[in-house]
Amino acid sequence: MKAQTLTPASKSGRAAQATGERRKGKSKSVGWWPWLFVVPTVAGIGVFYLWPIVQTFYYSFTKWGVFGGTKFIGLDNYVRMFADSTIPQSILNTLIYTVVVLLGIPIAVILASLIERPGLRFAALYRTLYFIPYITMPAAVGIVWRLIYNGDFGPINWFLGLFGIQGPYWTSTPGFALLAVATVGLWMSLGFNLIIISAGLREIPRELFEAAEMDGASRVRQFFSITVPLLTPSIFFVTIVTVISGFQLFDLLYVMMGKANLAMPQTQSLVYIFYNQAFLQNDKGYAAAIGILILVIIALLTAFQFRIQKRWVNYV
Amino acid sequence: MSESMLSTKSGVDSRRSGAAVTSPSQAGGKPSGPAGRDRKSRGAEGARRHGTKGGKQGSNVLAHCVLSIGGLAMISPLLYQIVMSLSTNAEVQSTPPTLWPGVVQWSNFADVFTSMNFGSQLWVTVAITVVRVIGQVLLCSMAGYAFARMQFRFKGPILAIVLSIIMVPSQLFLIPQYQIIQNLGWLNSIAGIVAPGIFSAFGLFLMRQFFMGLPDELEDAARLDGANPFQIFFRVMLPLAANGLWALVIITVLWSWNDLLWPLVVTSTANAAPLSVGLSNLQGEHANNYPILMAASLMAMAPILIMFLLMQKRVMAGIGRSGLK
Repeated sequence: MKAQTLTPASKSGRAAQATGERRKGKSKSVGWWPWLFVVPTVAGIGVFYLWPIVQTFYYSFTKWGVFGGTKFIGLDNYVRMFADSTIPQSILNTLIYTVVVLLGIPIAVILASLIERPGLRFAALYRTLYFIPYITMPAAVGIVWRLIYNGDFGPINWFLGLFGIQGPYWTSTPGFALLAVATVGLWMSLGFNLIIISAGLREIPRELFEAAEMDGASRVRQFFSITVPLLTPSIFFVTIVTVISGFQLFDLLYVMMGKANLAMPQTQSLVYIFYNQAFLQNDKGYAAAIGILILVIIALLTAFQFRIQKRWVNYV
Repeated sequence: MSESMLSTKSGVDSRRSGAAVTSPSQAGGKPSGPAGRDRKSRGAEGARRHGTKGGKQGSNVLAHCVLSIGGLAMISPLLYQIVMSLSTNAEVQSTPPTLWPGVVQWSNFADVFTSMNFGSQLWVTVAITVVRVIGQVLLCSMAGYAFARMQFRFKGPILAIVLSIIMVPSQLFLIPQYQIIQNLGWLNSIAGIVAPGIFSAFGLFLMRQFFMGLPDELEDAARLDGANPFQIFFRVMLPLAANGLWALVIITVLWSWNDLLWPLVVTSTANAAPLSVGLSNLQGEHANNYPILMAASLMAMAPILIMFLLMQKRVMAGIGRSGLK
């Protein structure tokens, strides 16, 4: 973040110098060249991203007729949103999902510190195994997990049955369904967390561990006194990414549960409600208001995390 | 300079060491398996450590135990999927789960093509991925180059606005994007699925960071030789940004191949849908033919899995660099 905001200034300084030289040497033919490079992308982003944000903001104050046409209704959509009991439920669901997926971060820290041990054999193989779930299509793995969670003959309930436990119908029982989906979310994100944290680990100077070892610090002590504190920037980064993508929960939920699932109202995420209102109920004005709510929640959570990072993130 | 080094660290690294993927020396660009040379040096370091302290062998055994059990758990759904895709429906539903089918049912894979629109959905998926990758790589690298190394009016404000879009969740674009595609008459078409995804604020930013890390000298030399900015870009700068282009290609392939919400919104017929949409809609119709479902989902994942296994280092480096999904 820091680098991002600093670079334009220093860069433009250097570039200004360059243009000065260029003026002297060649002609001012540079004039329209940059636009040739920039206009296609910037125009596309304007049409497909920037203007849509403005439109969505406007739509959130409108009601959509059945036969097309919109009517300005002021804050009605927002008033309705605060009265809608499915909204707080879905925020809670999204939070629970995010918290479960966040548990993958300490797991990734432990796994990364094991994989990155100097001289560990098969490290590349382990990285491959842990990374595979991250790149697989959510729609495809969702189908597989649905079968694994099957209440009648799925391997999970068979396994529980060995201990005399009657497993629930995981993906169609409220409560269990969210847990089932979140576990898959954790499984999918672990590989990504591992890659980021491993990269952070490799930047920790070896000498620190060697010095600690000479001082007689145990592996566990080294882990908590060197590894974890120096990893906090990486941990902070994957936390931000996990929270943002957690609030985008849709694919796994949609595929593992399905539109017709009776447990959906107690399990749905904010994005699912958005999709349902915008494209199944065709209530695009209300959906736009929910979109704004998603933006506000993500912005607040991210800002909050950046605020409290000073208390626990160590930048060297 | 130091801050631009910071933000384009991997770009600088890759330039110094030539081929980032095979060089063992740098940390950021190479999260995956050690090259032969690297393994040897790590081995030596390990041996030295073993020399200084005796008890390390035992703790590595523990590490191997944890890592291999965890690794097996991570890919067990995939193994389960493979076995089930080769079983009969009765075997899938038998209660001590089938470890290996009595007779391997290769025909399940052929049945996928006859019992659902797998062929056309595969074609749609390949087409949207190819078009999106080519479009995005071309447009983002050109714009990224201009923002990194050219001067023009309003550069700062335009960049700031474009970058702020990266932080906005996609739900804020979806409804108007749908209207645009609808008005163009592009619903249920490859063009409709691809159009918004060709443009990417994130891709622009990624490529800008890479171009900022490149040296000035070559560009200056080409300019003195009388090359115009187009020639400088395509002949000199683009080849230097190969690592950045790879990262963008890989991320775009993953996004495009796996994306569900947008194609779900703009396609309503089974023939026009990509595999992600086809699979998620299949649940209702073929809900009880599990081997076919497993075979179909396996085939839908396979191209990405194969791509990953063939170029693991590039994939992990690309995702590690870009940071976001």
